[in-house]
Amino acid sequence: MNLQTIDMAHVSLRELNTTLQKPDDATRVSGWEVINSKGSHAIAVGLDAPIDVTIKGSTGYYCAGMNKQATIRVKGSAGPGVAENMMSGTVIIDGDASQYAGATGHGGLLVIKGNASSRCGISMKGIDIVVHGNIGHMSAFMAQSGNLVVLGDAGDALGDSLYEARLFVRGKVKSLGADCMEKEMRPEHIAILKDLLARSGADAKPEDFKRYGSARQLYNFHIDNASNY
Amino acid sequence: MDDFSTKAPPPTTPRKSWTFSDDVNSDIRRAAATGIYDIRGGGAKRRVPHFDDLLFLGASISRYPLEGYREKCDTRVTLGTRFAKKPIELDIPITIAGMSFGALSGPAKEALGRGATAAGTSTTTGDGGMTEEERGHSKKLVYQYLPSRYGMNPDDLRRCDAIEIVVGQGAKPGGGGMLLGQKISDRVAEMRNLPKGIDQRSACRHPDWTGPDDLEIKILELREITNWEKPIYIKIGGARPYFDTTLAIKAGADVIVLDGMQGGTAATQDVFIENVGQPTLACIRPAVQALQDMGMHREVQLVISGGIRTGADVAKALALGADAVSIGTAALIALGDNDPRWEAEYNSLGTTAGAYDDWQEGRDPAGITTQDPELMALLDPIAAGRRLRNYLNVMTLEAQTIARACGKNHLHNLEPEDLCALTIEAAAMAGVPLAGTDWVPGAKGF
Repeated sequence: MNLQTIDMAHVSLRELNTTLQKPDDATRVSGWEVINSKGSHAIAVGLDAPIDVTIKGSTGYYCAGMNKQATIRVKGSAGPGVAENMMSGTVIIDGDASQYAGATGHGGLLVIKGNASSRCGISMKGIDIVVHGNIGHMSAFMAQSGNLVVLGDAGDALGDSLYEARLFVRGKVKSLGADCMEKEMRPEHIAILKDLLARSGADAKPEDFKRYGSARQLYNFHIDNASNY
Repeated sequence: MDDFSTKAPPPTTPRKSWTFSDDVNSDIRRAAATGIYDIRGGGAKRRVPHFDDLLFLGASISRYPLEGYREKCDTRVTLGTRFAKKPIELDIPITIAGMSFGALSGPAKEALGRGATAAGTSTTTGDGGMTEEERGHSKKLVYQYLPSRYGMNPDDLRRCDAIEIVVGQGAKPGGGGMLLGQKISDRVAEMRNLPKGIDQRSACRHPDWTGPDDLEIKILELREITNWEKPIYIKIGGARPYFDTTLAIKAGADVIVLDGMQGGTAATQDVFIENVGQPTLACIRPAVQALQDMGMHREVQLVISGGIRTGADVAKALALGADAVSIGTAALIALGDNDPRWEAEYNSLGTTAGAYDDWQEGRDPAGITTQDPELMALLDPIAAGRRLRNYLNVMTLEAQTIARACGKNHLHNLEPEDLCALTIEAAAMAGVPLAGTDWVPGAKGF
């Protein structure tokens, strides 16, 4: 494997992203390794090529933001907004993820091997997120589409003001948010879950999960629902 | 001698309450009947101190005027000179404000692009993503980065000419939005990743940052994604202009767009529009003061919006320290919104030309604030674009006329010393003397 190392002790963030964002240069190398990330913000953002990037260490805000095509792995924990607005590709966090993981993501797969903090999957628009641990409060707030899979527990107000995203939780849900309800797990959902668990390397049975989705009672504003908001 | 006791007393004039006016009473009856607050489009309709309350002094013995039709008065402006590799260069300091596809029809967005491009200025997307109509017809296009992130993607981010992070807007500082189901066509639904026919809520806060320190990092991310080419605007509503401007500068803005309470919206509660936020006139000087205190006046450009209608308004905003202005409602009127030619249709909707503001219902007779194919077809984007170009040109000529009369060879050379105020309120807000006096109410030292 043609692996190239970028040492952020000597290479600036601008140089790093410029290199990874250039498809011609970036794809010539099959694998990129970033060292000494030291929690820097905006690492590997705006990538748009089928390349592999491994960041050896923890990252700050917005790592892998707006990713397209690339596979990005963080061998550490990720700060707020990891893989925000991701379009496609795969992002894997070996450690924990801070707030807003996968926020507004349109596509691709985000895997968090540890726990995710609050507002995981907020306003998600088609992304798939698999969290091996727990997720914090207000996760999947206003989530529009895509799948959020949680092997552990979910915090307060899961799926508040949810649209059409599917939420699968194996553990306990502290509370459901407005207009979020438990729904029947049908064969097509088992199939979706099986695929996502396999692709994210999760050792879990789809049958152990519960599915949550929108009750669709707040889709059109009605005055009698005002106290639900 | 008249005997008053045997006659009926003379009638008194029926007196209606100022407090309980016909307008107020109709609102009470509407609330009692429906159980829901009134939602409408547009900006504040109440009378507030405005540019009308300011006058230019003109040249005199101590000021030397420029010859109209002969001596040059420059109108060009460059936005985004602080950090962006590719600042936006405009021929005129009047831009088109953000208005969403969804709130507006595709042809209306096309008309805005055509008119703005012909006049040498920019348009701005809105809370529905970037449409081909607008990108294709706008030589300079500002791409809004909104809390909802509807349609947000890195490709559009890279093909815009500037990015506007929307923190708030003048009609509703602190408020989100709601595009009602009747305006959600297949195309609008697809662009927003939501089912057709449901009410689409736009969040009031961004999903992945809170506060100025986070915003600084968000700006870093956007710059890294776009190779530091695009100017980053931050749009704020007229809430706390001094502090918001200061924090936006600190967060790394190239341009600040400041929208006063007369600034329009596609749909918001009337009580919000009329009671939250400050008038445009009250916002400018605190924002300019913040820029000056940070040593950033003219380096970070200030764009003012909210009730700009004429070249005089443009000149006054610039004289108070703005670098450019932005128009929304006025641009829609130029396209044909609220035109008396549609009076019969407005009457059938229970309103009249000039008062139509139910933009959220999508039944606009002028074909602008609608997604109905039949209504949309009523707007010819080429002719409407021409009207907008004409209007922008007239405003520019008007502003130049005033600037020359004040002896300025560039609109940016206008200054507060060229102005006086007609009312104490306007004098205090604009920081210029009350006409006929040297009194600036509220100025330090008084």
